[in-house]
Amino acid sequence: MKTANPLTRLVLSLILSFGLVGCKKVPKGPTPIPLANRTVTEPVTPQGPAGDNVPQANQFPNDTDPNRFNLATDPEDGSQLGSREIEGNYIVDRETFAAQTVYFELDSSTINPGEKAKIDTIAAYLKNEPTFRLRVEGHCDERGTDEYNRALGERRALSILDYLKAFGVTSDRLTTLSYGEDKPAMFGSDEASWAKNRRGESVLLRPRN
Amino acid sequence: MIFFRAPKRANAHQTETLFELGSLMRVSALVLLCAVLQVAAQQEIKIDKTADAARVIPISLSGFSGEVLDVLRYDLAVVGFEIVDSSEAQYNVTGSNTGNVEGRLIDRITKTTLLAKRYSAGTRRIEAHALADDIVAGLRRIPGIARTRIAFKGQTGAGTEIYVADYDGANAIPITADGALVAAPCWGLGGKTICYTSYRSGYPDIYTQDMSGKRRVIAKYPGLNTSAAISPDGSRVAMILSKDGTTDLYVCNASDGSNLKRLTKSRDLETTPCWSPDGRTICFVSEARGTASLYLISPDGGPMRRLRTAGAGKPTEPDWSPDGTQIVFTSQWRDFVICVVPAQGGEITTLVNGEDPCWAPNSRTVIFANRKQGKRVLSLLDVPTKRVKDVPKNLAGCSQPSWAR
Repeated sequence: MKTANPLTRLVLSLILSFGLVGCKKVPKGPTPIPLANRTVTEPVTPQGPAGDNVPQANQFPNDTDPNRFNLATDPEDGSQLGSREIEGNYIVDRETFAAQTVYFELDSSTINPGEKAKIDTIAAYLKNEPTFRLRVEGHCDERGTDEYNRALGERRALSILDYLKAFGVTSDRLTTLSYGEDKPAMFGSDEASWAKNRRGESVLLRPRN
Repeated sequence: MIFFRAPKRANAHQTETLFELGSLMRVSALVLLCAVLQVAAQQEIKIDKTADAARVIPISLSGFSGEVLDVLRYDLAVVGFEIVDSSEAQYNVTGSNTGNVEGRLIDRITKTTLLAKRYSAGTRRIEAHALADDIVAGLRRIPGIARTRIAFKGQTGAGTEIYVADYDGANAIPITADGALVAAPCWGLGGKTICYTSYRSGYPDIYTQDMSGKRRVIAKYPGLNTSAAISPDGSRVAMILSKDGTTDLYVCNASDGSNLKRLTKSRDLETTPCWSPDGRTICFVSEARGTASLYLISPDGGPMRRLRTAGAGKPTEPDWSPDGTQIVFTSQWRDFVICVVPAQGGEITTLVNGEDPCWAPNSRTVIFANRKQGKRVLSLLDVPTKRVKDVPKNLAGCSQPSWAR
């Protein structure tokens, strides 16, 4: 950067020797900063009056900021959106189907043939207990982006749901819940952990009465 | 004497050199001289705006100390400035922070003072950010981002909550205390609202919260409700729901969740929508052709068309630049990599390892999550120079950043 191009040096000396120096016509170099026009100019002295006031509004979430974002207050849940069941009427039982956790291949929501017997067991149980409901929770390993995994976990849960429906379990008894990669069964970053994390857990919902 | 400035700065300031040589040619009547000049011009000049944006600008800072110095160093570094010794700098910034922050920006070559300003604000920190913004606006011709805000998903003991912070992580405060998983924040128009997914009911539902803390549910359907993206005019929200038995893309009114419309009807996975800055197009991920690809669709419905991202593996998490020109996304082969592609599709540019990128209002800087020793931290990427700086005030386990813009 500091060494001038030899060719340019030659050019410059040529110009000088021909007496064609056109200093006035050379654009004055760097374009002034637009903001500077507004504010510059007087030398800044510590004793002088304060310069531009930087407006504080709409910029910072410190304690005095009128635009500070406040902690969430509870929503008015009277919203008619959705039709989620009232789970308070059910006892959440994670034990009954603990051995029926369905495992998936990497980036797949297809149920492996070897896993189908687990869902058969669940379907048979639900047929004998027509007042019971089931929540299927879908999970992923960490090898996917957050929201992609939230969708993939949901698709895994839905795959199990579809399989149960094919056995005649009606959809009003079934719900899905995807955690994506946010609730791993194992925290390692190795294939053994990942394989345990790509799963669908079935949670039995027993009526309280 | 002004001529000597050109060769000195030939490498550092290419467009100006071109300008000066061009003027020389006009004053010269000598064909020979013109020819020589043209050769010189061809050798030195690349007329390329991108190259100019990608040029790292050496700048020096003197007279500042402590927090102010740290802030200035960071604010300049994240938009392609290199902090160097004053003798090596193209621009010198001198000033002090014994009282209010004051600064003077000097072109070291011409000795021109480009800016001299004293700042008065609530804190020295804000004053330093304001000085940095003025320097960046002047020398880069882009809006300063040092006084912007981000939101992100932050790890807590009980789960995750949504945090809001300055763009450098300072002044981070939680805006939820749900004691559950809370994820996928997205800013609304003017930084006045934030949408996110909370599992506080036991299931993932989408909430919108205003600055007073008041919030309401806008999607609480059976199954999955997530990946909310507020339209640029603040009127609508794009999101992923599974209420119809498969994960699909929907839009609804931002105010209350009404006017719900399903945009995709595939058996395949859809995820991570974002809006074009004109609000006319939603870019999202679909596996409609077997593997994940980026697609475009009108928020009013109609066919979806694939966005070409030649060279990308499993693209997800697109974010459209505020100037409309490019889309940043996460590509995944073995690791996660941040890439950009022109908004009309084409060849991708691979930038750095990381995921969940989000543009700053300047359409130049990107914030993303970076996995380090099993934890995620937030980092800033200066896209033209590919330089990365971790957000200095990181909490443990931060991800899914969203930039207020």
